[in-house]
Amino acid sequence: MDLNRKFTPETWPEHPETATLEAKNKFVGFWLFLGGEVVLFATLFATYLALKNKGPSGMEFSTQGLYELPLVFIMTMLLLTSSLTSVYAMYHLKNYDFKKMQLWLGITAFLGLGFLMLEVYEFVHYAQEGFTFNNSAFSSAFYTLVGTHGFHVAIGLVWITLLIFRNSKRGLNLYNATKYYTFSLYWHFIDVIWVFIFSVVYLMGVVG
Amino acid sequence: MSTAAQKKGFGATLWEWLTTVDHKKLGILYFLGGGFFFVLGGIEALLIRIQLLVPNNDFVSAGLFNQLITMHGTTMIFLAAMPILFGFMNVIMPLQIGARDLAFPFLNSLGFWMFMLGGIFLNISWFTGQVPDAGWTSYTSLAITSEGHGMDYYAIGLQIAGGGTLMTGINFLVTIINMRAPGLTYMRMPLFTWTTLIASAMILFAFPPLTVGLFFLTFDRLFGGNFFDHEMGGNTIIWEHIFWIFGHPEVYILILPAFGIFSEIFPVFARKRLFGYTSMVFATVLIGFLGFMVWAHHMFTVGLGPTANAIFAVATMAIAVPTGVKIFNWLLTMWGGSIKITTPMLYAIGFIPSFVMGGVTGIMQGAAPLDYQLHDSYFIVAHFHYVIVGGVVLAVLAATHYWWPKMFGTMLHEGLGKVTFWFFFIGFHMTFLIQHWLGFWGMPRRVFTYMDGQGWNTANAISTAGAALMGIGVIVLVINAIMTTVKNERVGNDPWGDGRTLEWAIQSPPLFYNFPQTPLVRGLDTVWIEKQEGNESGITPAVPLQDIHMPNGSIIPLLMSLGLFIAGFGAMYRLEASWGLPVLVGGLAFTFLTMSIRSIKDDLGYYVTKEEIMNDLKREGGRK
Repeated sequence: MDLNRKFTPETWPEHPETATLEAKNKFVGFWLFLGGEVVLFATLFATYLALKNKGPSGMEFSTQGLYELPLVFIMTMLLLTSSLTSVYAMYHLKNYDFKKMQLWLGITAFLGLGFLMLEVYEFVHYAQEGFTFNNSAFSSAFYTLVGTHGFHVAIGLVWITLLIFRNSKRGLNLYNATKYYTFSLYWHFIDVIWVFIFSVVYLMGVVG
Repeated sequence: MSTAAQKKGFGATLWEWLTTVDHKKLGILYFLGGGFFFVLGGIEALLIRIQLLVPNNDFVSAGLFNQLITMHGTTMIFLAAMPILFGFMNVIMPLQIGARDLAFPFLNSLGFWMFMLGGIFLNISWFTGQVPDAGWTSYTSLAITSEGHGMDYYAIGLQIAGGGTLMTGINFLVTIINMRAPGLTYMRMPLFTWTTLIASAMILFAFPPLTVGLFFLTFDRLFGGNFFDHEMGGNTIIWEHIFWIFGHPEVYILILPAFGIFSEIFPVFARKRLFGYTSMVFATVLIGFLGFMVWAHHMFTVGLGPTANAIFAVATMAIAVPTGVKIFNWLLTMWGGSIKITTPMLYAIGFIPSFVMGGVTGIMQGAAPLDYQLHDSYFIVAHFHYVIVGGVVLAVLAATHYWWPKMFGTMLHEGLGKVTFWFFFIGFHMTFLIQHWLGFWGMPRRVFTYMDGQGWNTANAISTAGAALMGIGVIVLVINAIMTTVKNERVGNDPWGDGRTLEWAIQSPPLFYNFPQTPLVRGLDTVWIEKQEGNESGITPAVPLQDIHMPNGSIIPLLMSLGLFIAGFGAMYRLEASWGLPVLVGGLAFTFLTMSIRSIKDDLGYYVTKEEIMNDLKREGGRK
C-alpha cells in the first residue's frame, strides 16, 4: 500500500475503513472481537448479579447504601457525549477532513479522561469507607465488573492518544483510516457496556 | 526466502522460525509444539496407569497422583489436542480456500507464541515442585485451598495460552469470511474449512468465559478476591458454571475439526463425492449451536433442580441427531465407493465405531437420573476418552499421515503407519472399554489406589496393558517420522493420487506464497472437477500473473508473549518475594511497550515480483 498517495475529498472513497483487503480484514476481525467481548462482559454481569450484596455475615455494605446516583449520572453523561463526539470525528473521516477529525477525537479523549477520573474518585471514595476489593464477594464482583470496564476506557484512551500523535503530521490515508474507525467502534462498545452497567449495577442497585 | 536453494546457517534458520509469520511454518510449529506436549501428557498417562496396575500400589504418592491427573488432562486438552488441530488448520485451511496466508499473519504468530509460552509456564511447575493438583476442571472448593503455587501455574498458564487461542480463532474466522478465492461460495467450501469456521466461532464465544473464570481464580488465590469463598459471600458453583460454559463448547471445538478431517479423508479414499454435503454443513452448524446449550449436564448432581436437569438432558440428547446424520453420511460416502485402504483411511474406518461408542455412552449420561449413578465413576473416564481419543486423537493421527506430504514434502512410510494404527487402535480399546465396567463395578475416578478383593484387579491390569500398546504405537510413529525426514524422498503435488481439494493442486510443501495465481473455484471438490475435465494441473487461475503482496516477519510477537510470561511469575510470587511486584509490573510494561512499537511502526509488507514467481515456477517445474 502506498502511504504517500494523496487524496482529495473527491477521490477519497466513500468507505475508507474497508477500502482495501487488509482494511476489510481488520474491520471484520474487530467486529468479531467485540462479539467475544460481549460474552466476556456477560460473564462478569452474571457473576455480579449472583454475588450482589453477598458478603460475610454482618456486612455493612449494600447497593442501596453505597451507590450515589448523581456522580454516576455525570459519568454517564460524559461517556455518552464522548460517543457522540466520536461520531462527529467519523463524519469528518469520511469527508476527508483530517484536522476536524483529530479535533473531535481529542474532545472524545478528553471526555473519556473525565469519566475515568470520576471513576477513580468513586473507587477511592468507596475504599476509604472500607468497601475494598477484599471486603466481600460483593466488592470483588463489583470492582471486577466496573473495573474491567474502566480498564477498557483506559486502553481506549492510550490507543486514541497514540493514533492522534502518530498521524498528526501525515494526515489520513487508507492505512490509518481503518485504525481510526475501529477505535470508534471500540468506543461505542464501551459506551454500550456502560449503559448496561448504569442500569444493572447502579439503577437496579439503588431502586431495585 | 524465495530462493530455497540458499544454504543458511543455524542462527539464520532459528531467527527465521522465531520471526516467521508464514501460516505454513506456524502450522508446523503448532504441530511440533502440540506434539511435544502430547508426548508429555502421554507419559503422565502411562505413569497414572502404572500406579493403577495393581491394588495398594505405591509407585507414586497420592499427592503426585493428583498432580499427574491434573496435568495429564490440562496438557492433553489445552496444549496437545487444540494446538495440533490448530497446526492443521493453519497449514491446510488457507490452501483449501486459495488464500496466501491468514488474514492477520502477525496475530497468528502472536497466538502461537502465547500458546507455547503459556504451555511452558504451566509445565515449569514440575521443576518448582508446586504442580497443579485440583483436577483439570479445577473446581474451586479444591483449587482455592490448594497449597503452594500449583493452581497459580494453572490459572496464569492457561490465561496466557487461552489468549493466544482466542486470537487465532478470530484470525481463522476473518480469513474464511474475507479471503476465499473467487467462486468459492460458502456451500462449496471443503468440510475441513467449514469445521474450522464453526470451531473458531465457538472459540470466540467460549474462551471469554474461561478468561473471566481464570481471572476470578487468580484474584481469589493471589489478590484477596472472594468470588468462591463462601465465608465471604462467594459461591463455588459460579466457577462450575463458568468453567463448563467454556468447557462443553471446548469439546466440540476439538471434535468438529476432527469431523472435518475425516470428511476430507473418506471422499478421497472412497474416490466418491462426500455423501450429503449440505446436511453435513447443516449438522456442523447445529452441533456448534447446541454445544452452548448443554453445559449443565456436567452438573446434574450439583442440585440445580429437576427442571434445569430435564432441560439440559433433552438438549444433550438433541446433539445426537446431527452427529448421527454425520455418521450415516460417512458410511454412505464409502458405500459403493472404490475404497483404497491407506493409513488415513484405516483411521477413518476405525474412528466410526469408536466414536459411536463414545456417543452412545454420552447419551446414557445425558439421562440425568442415570447420571446420578455414573457420576464420578470410571464410566465417565471411559466415556470421555472414547470421544476424545476415539474421535480427536484418531483424527489427529489420521491427519498426520494424510497431510504430512503437504506439510513436509515427504511421505510417511505406509507400512509403519499401519503398524502404528493397529497398536494404537487395539491399545485404545483395551485401555478404555473395560473402564466402562470398572465404573459399573463402583470404581470412582481420580482415586490414586484401590483395595484388593473388590474385583477390580484384572480390569485395571488389562487397562494398563492397553495403555502400553498405545505408547508403542506412538513410538513407532515418531520413528516413522524421523526415518522419513532423514530419507527425504520428495513427493509431487498430489501424492495420494486422488486429491479433491485445492491443497493437492500445488507443490508439497507449497511455495511460500502458496498460489502463483489465485485460483478460480468452480464447485465443490474443484480440483477433482478440473481433473475430470482433463485439466492436469487441477487449477484454473482466476487472475493473470501479477506481483504478490506478502507480510514481513517479526520478532515482536515472541517478545509480547515473553512479557506476559515474565509478568506471570511476578504475579505469583508477589506476596512472598520482594521482586514479585516489580517483575509483574515490568513484564506487563514490556508487553505494552512492544504493543506500542507495533502500533506506531508501519509494517506494510513487501511485494514478490512477477519475475521471481516465474523463476520459482521454472525451478519447481524442473524438479518434478
